[in-house]
Amino acid sequence: MWHGIDMCSLVYSFAFVPCACEHQGIVDDQFTQLRKLEDENSPHFVMEVASLFFEDCEKLINNMAIALEQKQGVDFKQIDECIHQLKGSSSSIGAMRVKNACIAFRSFSDGQNREGCLRCLQQLSHEYSLLKNKLQTLFRLEKQIVAAGGSIPRVH
Amino acid sequence: MVMAASETKFHVLAVDDTLIDRKLIEKLLKTSSYQVTAVDSGTKALEFLGLNNNDHQDVEVNLIITDYCMPGMTGYDLLRKIKESSSFKDIPVVIMSSDNIPSRINRCLEGGAEEFFLKPVQLSDVNKLRPHLMKRTQTNVNKRKAMDEIVSPDRTRARYNELEVN
Repeated sequence: MWHGIDMCSLVYSFAFVPCACEHQGIVDDQFTQLRKLEDENSPHFVMEVASLFFEDCEKLINNMAIALEQKQGVDFKQIDECIHQLKGSSSSIGAMRVKNACIAFRSFSDGQNREGCLRCLQQLSHEYSLLKNKLQTLFRLEKQIVAAGGSIPRVH
Repeated sequence: MVMAASETKFHVLAVDDTLIDRKLIEKLLKTSSYQVTAVDSGTKALEFLGLNNNDHQDVEVNLIITDYCMPGMTGYDLLRKIKESSSFKDIPVVIMSSDNIPSRINRCLEGGAEEFFLKPVQLSDVNKLRPHLMKRTQTNVNKRKAMDEIVSPDRTRARYNELEVN
């Protein structure tokens, strides 16, 4: 049933990815807390929350990009609201670097500094892409383990 | 009719306008064996309670946990509406916020909130809810025992006042 070394390396990678993420500061303890909540009743809890976060993040980044492009004047109040929302949801999922990028962004938004905001938005997009990449790797590994007949090691 | 409080799960009403946070608080509460109803606004919370329905309590809610920052009705506004209503003022209310603002925290606690949780809320926070629920349950059990002792076939008997229970 198990494919020998393949399963071992899958499970090893599955354990390694979150550790590496936490080590690099991509996620913090809150992400571990979410993984601990996953159980037989909600085996895809983290994936579901992450999907909601990806949708939210992409929408907000897009809205901010549009707002910053407005020739007749940037609505910094709208930018601020987007940042507040994103800071909240990144904090809830444990996306530490995204959250920190939001905090930095806020000071430029408060200062109504368009150039600064554009740089921050770029940084934010970068952090988001990094996180999404890592988490999708994790979820892909999870699916592979299950497909190969293994069970997901739970966090305690 | 006397209902033993230990037979049914405690029912928590969770209020948060953010979908991710709603999903998270719901999961935390279910993991702690609470029955959960989650709504996305203070207005919907009041509707669910039946506050608009002549102050009659439609459903049994044992605790309300609400986000502070919500469009329209804030968590504080909701707290005050609950505490000012005769039917619901005894329901414990807990407030959550992503912002650590001492004046906000004090205002909520002085306004009648039992606890103020900083987001992201964790299981250790949800564990703090149980004493507030247990306290209220004991009060209810005492009240029900007292009510059983009033023998009155007359439907127009005087309004019930708190009795001393042994």
